[in-house]
Parts: sequence; structure tokens; C-alpha cells
Amino acid sequence: MTAASSGAARTSTAFRVDLWTRALAVLLVAYVVYASMQLGFSWDRFVSGLDNGARFLSRMFPPDLSKMDILWKGISESLQIAVLASVAGILISLPLGLMGARNLMPSWLSWTARSIVAVCRSLHPVIVAILFVKAVGFGALAGTLALVVASIGFIGKLFSEAIEEISEKQVEAIRATGASFPNLILFGVLPQVLSRFIGFSTYQLDSNLRNSTMVGIVGAGGIGGALFSAFQRFDYDFVFTILATIVIIIVIGEMLANYVKKVFYV
Amino acid sequence: MSHSLEIRGLVKAYTLGNPVLRGIDLTIDSSGLTAIIGPSGTGKSTLIRCINRLVDPTSGSINLCYGGQRVDLAAIRGRALRENRRLIGMVFQEYNLVERLTVMENLLCGRLGYVGAWAAWRRKFPQADVNHAFSLLDTVGLGTFANQRADALSGGQRQRVGIARALMQRPKVLLADEPTSSLDPKTSFEIMLLLKEQGRLNNIPVIVNIHDVELARRYADRIIGMSGGNVVYDGSAEGLNDDYLKQIYGGEAWL
Amino acid sequence: MSEATLVHPDGLVQQRIWQRHTPAQRLIRFAIWLVIALAIVQSLRSIEVIPEFLYDAPEQMGDMMQRMWPIDWSYYAEGVHAALVETMHIATLGTLLSIVLAIPFGLLVAGNLTRNRALNFVARVVLVSSRSVNSLVWALLFVAVFGPGAVAGTLAIAFRSIGFVGKLVGEAIEEMPRGPIEALQAAGASKVSEIRYGYWPQLKPAFWSIVLLRWDINVRESAVLGIVGAGGIGMALDTSLNLFQWDRVALVLVSIFAIVILIELVVTQVRRRVL
Repeated sequence: MTAASSGAARTSTAFRVDLWTRALAVLLVAYVVYASMQLGFSWDRFVSGLDNGARFLSRMFPPDLSKMDILWKGISESLQIAVLASVAGILISLPLGLMGARNLMPSWLSWTARSIVAVCRSLHPVIVAILFVKAVGFGALAGTLALVVASIGFIGKLFSEAIEEISEKQVEAIRATGASFPNLILFGVLPQVLSRFIGFSTYQLDSNLRNSTMVGIVGAGGIGGALFSAFQRFDYDFVFTILATIVIIIVIGEMLANYVKKVFYV
Repeated sequence: MSHSLEIRGLVKAYTLGNPVLRGIDLTIDSSGLTAIIGPSGTGKSTLIRCINRLVDPTSGSINLCYGGQRVDLAAIRGRALRENRRLIGMVFQEYNLVERLTVMENLLCGRLGYVGAWAAWRRKFPQADVNHAFSLLDTVGLGTFANQRADALSGGQRQRVGIARALMQRPKVLLADEPTSSLDPKTSFEIMLLLKEQGRLNNIPVIVNIHDVELARRYADRIIGMSGGNVVYDGSAEGLNDDYLKQIYGGEAWL
Repeated sequence: MSEATLVHPDGLVQQRIWQRHTPAQRLIRFAIWLVIALAIVQSLRSIEVIPEFLYDAPEQMGDMMQRMWPIDWSYYAEGVHAALVETMHIATLGTLLSIVLAIPFGLLVAGNLTRNRALNFVARVVLVSSRSVNSLVWALLFVAVFGPGAVAGTLAIAFRSIGFVGKLVGEAIEEMPRGPIEALQAAGASKVSEIRYGYWPQLKPAFWSIVLLRWDINVRESAVLGIVGAGGIGMALDTSLNLFQWDRVALVLVSIFAIVILIELVVTQVRRRVL
């Protein structure tokens, strides 16, 4: 490489790990040790836990296939919640996300819409489900409403952001033709964001499917209720059946969503 | 039927006290290609964009006279503005096509001022418009491209679609904001020729913003030279001699 | 997409029909809309909604809001603060643990790095299962195994996040440009070196972005795990809910809200400066 210098050694600078990374790594390790102690991780607990775990797993097999009617009722209710919440969420998020786009709308409107979306996003779906259970009673309605809120929080925010990233030039050209505002949105804005919107929506449908299996734990309908009571009764073999069914349903849901995306030219 | 564009005292200041356009007076008659030339920042683009109100003038009037009517484009708003924008077609430097739509859909965008949202969403445009679109596609030489996505086209092809889209509006005036700046020399000539021919065929004035003086000389019936926000030359291509060019482009203290 | 040319019988007028989609495409799109509509109708018909509860809802919610005000700030020191800190620890430890577990699976599921299709498949099954089970359900599981407390919560967060981090890492690896990797292979680097010097540098920015995102989500998730006994602020929430102490419930909700916003700000700042 370079000509031999006057004896001064040159350390290789390729692949040098910089000081920051080293410091960060040390910090992380220190934190892990500290936090683990705070939380009560200890070797004994871990070992006894493994022991418990083995026993636990053995109780899950063979899976209990006798309570199919309960399973089916719970799963179909979860599906209903997921479908209705997604549809309602998508329908509400479309105009709300549009209103939240700062490049298209007056600031008072976009600020209001964004605030609504932010509030919907801020609380965990389970907490929202609890609140709705207190408000509208146990059952699927609470679950559906909770997931509608969650959907708005997710799709609304991403949709506003997607609209803010569009090319203004295309919008300008449509404006120059004298198009009405709806036409401007339809041809100038939507073609640019539609594929991303479909992407968010299918993702949220998937997410709602997962969440709908869980809101039942707090009484908001769906298979979660059966799951929770199975845990409480130590019916671990039924727990396994339920979990396996959930995983299968979600996988199928993902495959369907991919197919729909392909058809609508994502 | 004669129509014309009368611009009186047009002033535009983006920041207070710094006008980009310092009182423009122009009359554009009903036919021919008018080229506006001048250095960057001198307000050429602002002038063109004031006509269809993509930029709002600070003061002055822009009167569009057609069929016995006279409308001050600078003064209208809302629905009246949209209705009058339909009569002004615009071609952009970067084509401004809706990339994800097909060529045919981009053309039909030219009719969005006339079609309701519900029909537009379902793509149910009047058959007359569809026929017109196909014939325009043939005219600009893209007859087989109707179902291609706009982002699959080359620059020159996209600009042709842009011109066809503007013509779909059956406009009374055709504006072009640096239509050739993103194109190679040969394609630039073709586009300018297309603009001039279409202006002649449809009997409408074409106003082109351009920085290539040779293109302007070759295709323009009338050249308007701007410098420092004012019109400093207004005449034929032949009369544009070097003195005038120095006056327009000379890098002097008007900056 | 199609166009058809029709010539009028008298040969004078030539109409050209334009359709946005071919008949086959239109059929499929219609079928999908139909299926969606059927799903909606079916769900609406069979979902069990008690009308009285629905009408009652606004009044109930109003009543609930009233009971939440004024917020019981005094409860913070004794009941909330320690739980919030515990929640943060659960989220952070859980995320760190998930990284350790997710990276191997992420490497295994990437088709360009791991050629063995069977390994890809197994890794994918593991990642999908991890993602499909909610952190709350994982928490139930771990509470049953390890007993109530933060240990269950941390493991629940970790196991749920493996699927998320692993899948995105796998996708990032699959989308990497092959050039630098091939250069290393040509120079005779071992697989480990190939990963460390070829894949890892390209993966780094995306990786930290993914981890940061998951940490953000995990803070929210950790806050509710306590409802099933897995530690953190969720337990305070559960207690006050069961005792109908709405003013304390309000306090807990506000604290969760505050910490989520705080984390969002932190994450945004980190993204801006580092990523």
C-alpha cells in the first residue's frame, strides 16, 4: 500500500470497532444484569420454570378435540369481530386519513383529524376493549368497537402520511383541468396512494384477526373467552387446540390477503 | 370565432416588496405560437401559471375573451375558476402524468372538469370523449399505447400524452411551461412541432415558456422576451437580434 | 384492460370501446367484492348484540367518565410508579431477549442465505407461530408455567417479538444486493465472516429501525400484560378496575398514555439522529 514510512507502525483501520459501539454494548449488558435482578430473574427460578414448562408441554399433548362446538362458536365470533371491525375501520379511516393530510387540507381540519387518530392509537386495544365492556356490556360489540378504534389509529395515521408523500405535480396537473375536488382526489391523489392503502388495510385486517382472538380474555367476545377459561381450569390440552386453530386461521388469513393484494395491483 | 387573452398590469410578488412580475401588459390573439423567453427567475413560469391560476396574482387582470364573453381569470374563485380552467390546457415540464394510471386514463383526466365523480370513479366516460381520446392518441402517434401504464413510457412519449390530455379539454388556450426542458434535442423539435400544429389545427393560441432560444426562433410566430419581471421584447422571431438578446439575458444588476 | 373496435353497419361511424379491465379481471374483482359483502352481511346477522346495551351505551360511558374525574393523583407514588418502571424493564428486556432469539431464525428463514428449504420452512413456521399468538396469550402461557410476575411478562414479550423481528430481518436479508456478498465469497471468506462482514453491515440500519419499532410497540404491550398477572402497570389497572376505583383507573390510563408518548418522542429523536 503506502511506501514504508519511517518506522511508525500503522494499525489497520479496516473493520475497526468504534468506541461508541463498544460503550453501547457494555451499557446494554450492564442494563440487562440490573433489570434482570429488578425483575426477579434468577437461575433457580429459571431451572424450576423449565421443569414446569416440560410438564406443561406434556399436558398439552394430545390436544383435546372433544369441544369442537365451543371452539367453533368462539372462532366464528372472532372472525365476525375481525371482519366488521376491519370494514368499519377502513371506511372511517379513508375520509379521516384524507382530512389529516396537511398538504391537501386547511390546518384546523388536518390537526383535528390527526388528533382523533392519535387518540385512537394511543391506548392498547385490550384497554379500549375493557373500557367498551364497561360501557356496552360483555360480548362481541365491545370487541368490535375496540378494534374499530385500533384500526382507525393505525390506518388513519399511515394513510395521512402516505398522502403527504405524494408528488404534488400530478395533483397540480389535475387541478389545471378544472376538475372538481372529488375528481382531484380520485385521479390526482388516490392512484398514488391506493396500493399503500390496500397494504395497510390488509395488514390491519390481519392484525384485527389476531387481536380478535384476544379481546375475549377481558370479556369482549370471541375465542379469547374460551381460551381464558381453559387456562383457569388447567385444560391445557384444549388450550393447545385453540392456539393451533388460531395460528392456522391467521396463516390462511395472510395468504388470502396476499392474493387480494395481487388482484388489486399492489 | 375569435378569442383572446388580455393581460393588464399583472403583478406577482412572492415575498412582500420583491415582485417577480412588475406589471405585465400583453394581448394574445386567437392563433399562433407565442414563445416567452428569458433567464431563470425572471417570471416566465410565474406568468404562465398566473393565467390558469396555479399561482395567484398579487394584482392585475387576466381577461379571457371568447364567444362574446369576457372573464377576468384573476378575479374568479371556486366553481367559476374550475369552469374556466377547463378552457385552458396546460403542458408541464415534467409531464405531470398520473404515473400509475394508463395512458387512456390520463387522457380522460382532461375531461374531469366535465364528468361527475361517481361516473369518473367507475370509468364511465361519455363515448364521444373516448372516441376523441383515441383520435388524439393517433394524432400524437401513440395509437397502440392506450392501455400502457404511464410510467412505462419514455420522456417524449409522456409529453405527447401530456399534450393530448390538454387537448382533450378542447381548450381555448394552450399553455406550455418549459415543455421541452426535460427532453433530448430531437424530441424537443418534435414536441414543438406538435404544439404548433395542434394550435393551428384547433385554431387556438399556444403560449410556450421556453429557455432554448433556437427552438423559440424556429417555431414561434411571436416572441416575448422577459427580463427582470418586465417585457423587454415583443415581436417576431426575425426581429430578435443580438442586442435584444443581450438585453434579455445579460447578467446585469437587475438581480 | 381491453379495447374493441366496432364498425357501424353503414361503415360511417367507427366507435372504439374502452374498458379499464378485461372481462376476466372484472369477474375476479367482482367476486372479491361479493365475498367481502357476504362476509359483512353474515357477520352482521350472526353477531350477538343486545340492543338494550347498545342504546344504553352513551349513558354508561358518560357515567364512567364522570367517575373517573377527578383523577386520583395521590395513588401515583404508592401504586403506579414502581409498576411503570417494571413495565419499562419488561419491555426492554423482552425486546433485547427477542433479538438474541430472533437473529438465528431470521438468518435461517432468508432464502438467499440459507439454501436448505427444510430449514427455511421450519424457521418460517416458528416465526409465524410466534407472531400469531398475542403477547397477552403468551403471557397467559408463561404465567401458567413460571407463575405470576414480571418473568412471565418478559418472556411473553420476547416470544411475541421473535416473529416480528425475525420476519423483517429475513426480508431485509433477502432484498440485499448480492454484490458485496459475492465479493466476500470469491475471496474465500467463511460463512461466519460472510455474515459478519457481508450481511451485517448492510443489515444494520434496517435492523435497528426494526428493533426500535418493536420496542415502541412492546412498551404498549407490556402495559397490559398485568391484566393476566404478568407484571407491570397492568396489574394496577386490573386491581383498580375490579375494585371499581375509577379515579385510580383514570390515573393508570393517563400514566400509560404519558409513557407511550414519551417513548414515541424518544424513538423519533433517535431515528432522526442515528438512522
